[in-house]
Amino acid sequence: MTDAGRHPRIKLLTLSEVKDVRGYVGNFEVTIIKRAKYVDETECTACGDCAAACPVVRPDEFNMGLSSRKAIYSAFPQAVPSSYQINIKECLGHNPAVCSKCVDVCEKKCINFHMSDEEIVEEVGSIIVATGLTPYDPTELDEYGYSRHENVLTSLEFERLVNAGGPSKGKLIRPTDRRRPKSVGFIQCVGSRSRRKGKEYCSNICCMNTIKSTLVLKEHYPDMEVKVFYIDIRAFGKGFEELYTRSRRLGVKFIRGLPGSATETADRSLRVAVENGASNSLEFHELDMLVLAQGVQPAPSTQRLQEIMGLQLTPDGFYLEAHPKLQPVDAATRGVFYAGCAEGPKDIKESVTQASAAAVRAIRLMHRGEITTEPITAEVIAENCTSCGICAKVCPYNAISVEVKKRQPAVVNQAACAGCGTCAAECRTDAISMNHFTDQQLVGQVDAMLNQAPDSKILVFACNWCSYAGADYAGVSRLQYPANVHLIRVMCSGRVDEKFIWEGFRQGAPVVLVSGCHIGDCHYIDANHWTEKRVNRLHKKMAKLGIRPERLQLEWISAAEGIRFAEKMRQMEALRRSVSAEEIAETSELLANAKVPLMER
Amino acid sequence: MSNHTQPPQPAEGEPTPRIGVYVCHCGLNIAQTVNCPQVADKAAQADDVVLSTDITYACSEPGQQQIKQDIIDRQLDRVVIASCSPRLHEPTFKQMAQDAGINPYMVEMANLREQCSWVHMNDQDQATAKAETLVEMAVSRVRHLQPLHEDTLPLTKRTLVIGGGIAGIQAALDLADSGYEVTLVEKEPSIGGMMARLDKTFPTMDCSI
Repeated sequence: MTDAGRHPRIKLLTLSEVKDVRGYVGNFEVTIIKRAKYVDETECTACGDCAAACPVVRPDEFNMGLSSRKAIYSAFPQAVPSSYQINIKECLGHNPAVCSKCVDVCEKKCINFHMSDEEIVEEVGSIIVATGLTPYDPTELDEYGYSRHENVLTSLEFERLVNAGGPSKGKLIRPTDRRRPKSVGFIQCVGSRSRRKGKEYCSNICCMNTIKSTLVLKEHYPDMEVKVFYIDIRAFGKGFEELYTRSRRLGVKFIRGLPGSATETADRSLRVAVENGASNSLEFHELDMLVLAQGVQPAPSTQRLQEIMGLQLTPDGFYLEAHPKLQPVDAATRGVFYAGCAEGPKDIKESVTQASAAAVRAIRLMHRGEITTEPITAEVIAENCTSCGICAKVCPYNAISVEVKKRQPAVVNQAACAGCGTCAAECRTDAISMNHFTDQQLVGQVDAMLNQAPDSKILVFACNWCSYAGADYAGVSRLQYPANVHLIRVMCSGRVDEKFIWEGFRQGAPVVLVSGCHIGDCHYIDANHWTEKRVNRLHKKMAKLGIRPERLQLEWISAAEGIRFAEKMRQMEALRRSVSAEEIAETSELLANAKVPLMER
Repeated sequence: MSNHTQPPQPAEGEPTPRIGVYVCHCGLNIAQTVNCPQVADKAAQADDVVLSTDITYACSEPGQQQIKQDIIDRQLDRVVIASCSPRLHEPTFKQMAQDAGINPYMVEMANLREQCSWVHMNDQDQATAKAETLVEMAVSRVRHLQPLHEDTLPLTKRTLVIGGGIAGIQAALDLADSGYEVTLVEKEPSIGGMMARLDKTFPTMDCSI
């Protein structure tokens, strides 16, 4: 911690949050809000005179509210940076200055009520997301009575009580009578591995954290009775099994089964009812203190950051890596990497390993000092351009400029173009060609697919980042779906031109699916909004022409939604079966003569 | 900037494409469901396909070597690799193409594993028929592909680390010690995160700070 605080190449911004991220790999522009501390960080010597003078007493968040702090405080004794700060909402003195006792006693004169939040803009080449976790709040698990019984603690509260720097100076005491408990019970999987409450996944760290706690207790208080209630003990890591064995050898009782209830006795101990899976009997245990091994959940900021940066989440709410085995620290967005519990629950060693891996991935990207860009970009065919300006309007990156009044053809800024292809799809005069995903290349795939027995096939357009990846995930999960599904990959669903759909139906496709990232998750900011508008427009046109609109479907499928993908394919097959040969033939004939954009041949 | 400008369609008088098709078994991952030799034979009948064959592991060193040699010997100017998802091995085969002297954007993949053999395991005939169509689609696409060239842009040698827990601190230190500038952003008043709250940490049972 201190190394990071004083490293000449690390700029440390605390009480700060990322507000916006713009740009692209190698050249991100990040806006950060740095909240005012009301104490000059560079001047404060952390002498503590101010806190001694401050009359406002509040629960100390760092100690989980088990002790108190003042309105001017340092987070904890070893905090980095060590300078104090004022919680301005709690402070009495700033407006109007009725108190200002801290200002009076501060010799360095570093307290300043006129500070305000700062907005800092940083240019960076890569980003490492290490937003961590939030512990599960066991209040909803009423059977354990966390909110009713004071001697029921979370594992984090227990940590603070046995910590030498904690509120009780490392002496374990019961909150109700401040006496040392003679017996302590631990309940595992609180908020983990449950379909009912909390989360379904294993939180990974709680077994070993509890075993560690039992060792700490047995080391300090050999006579203490320690019991652990568990489903399985997962001691899979290096050296873990040995710790588990040591804990048992020291007399810790491991009882297979999670308690059904915990009730308070007259002396405010806890009476726990448990069905012991080993002896198949209902048991009651009386314990002076109960510790809930709380699970790990994604940090609250995860979703906000995911939206700002266009990242992807797993169904559990952690960040989704680019590949579960081969790119475990890369985000699908180039230049963004994950470290620690942001990507999934993990212990300290794994977090450190992943952090070092993320650092090396970032270095690998940056060390040459330049970045190669994908040539998958849009290009204007000037002679076809009517300067209508629609391409500039739909571009999520403002990469296209058109002088509509001067009737100058559109110009694409190749460095800013990210290659979604929305402009090419929206252009009504075929004046934009999308490199590597040209009309000819994509319609060529439609042609090849529908060349034989088109009525038996399902045509699917899938975006590279979400839906195509979702289809891959269905494959990795071995989810079976009808074999007549054929995918055409585009970078973004925004690329799917009206023309492609009409061509599909003209050539006899019974049904067509356009699939992309969920709204808000689009890899190209908001290009899929245009997909949605386009499909709505197509539905209206189809209805007008007398083609059943439901034959064209739109579905948002994320990279993690393999199940949803397979399910949608089964739905598409049911839909396909509802389309008769006559209906297909009629549509083909209709479209051959209708005024809809088709491929020039 | 746009040194990769290409006409949207191949100009007349351009030589006809010379396509190579490789249908990968991926050990048994694809081959136990899809009849790979049959798919390769079918593709051999398509226009402009100079060579079409099945291959045990396209991505392996000998597999790549064979394709590279074919590109040189048979003057292939584009290839279809029918194997796994392009999200997995497209970079591998792009690099391979470049090594063999053709433009990396002249490679197309047909996804016979994640989107065919693994999801239609109970119907070998249908899976093989689908694989044939997927390869046909890829051949059609590769025929129309055009060489593209990557640009280089300047880059900022600075990293933003969001979160000052143990993972963020470790990443920031590794980067900074390697000579890179780091901005470490933490929403709490102090760095340290969850780990700073813990007493002893396993397996070493020492202090966490």
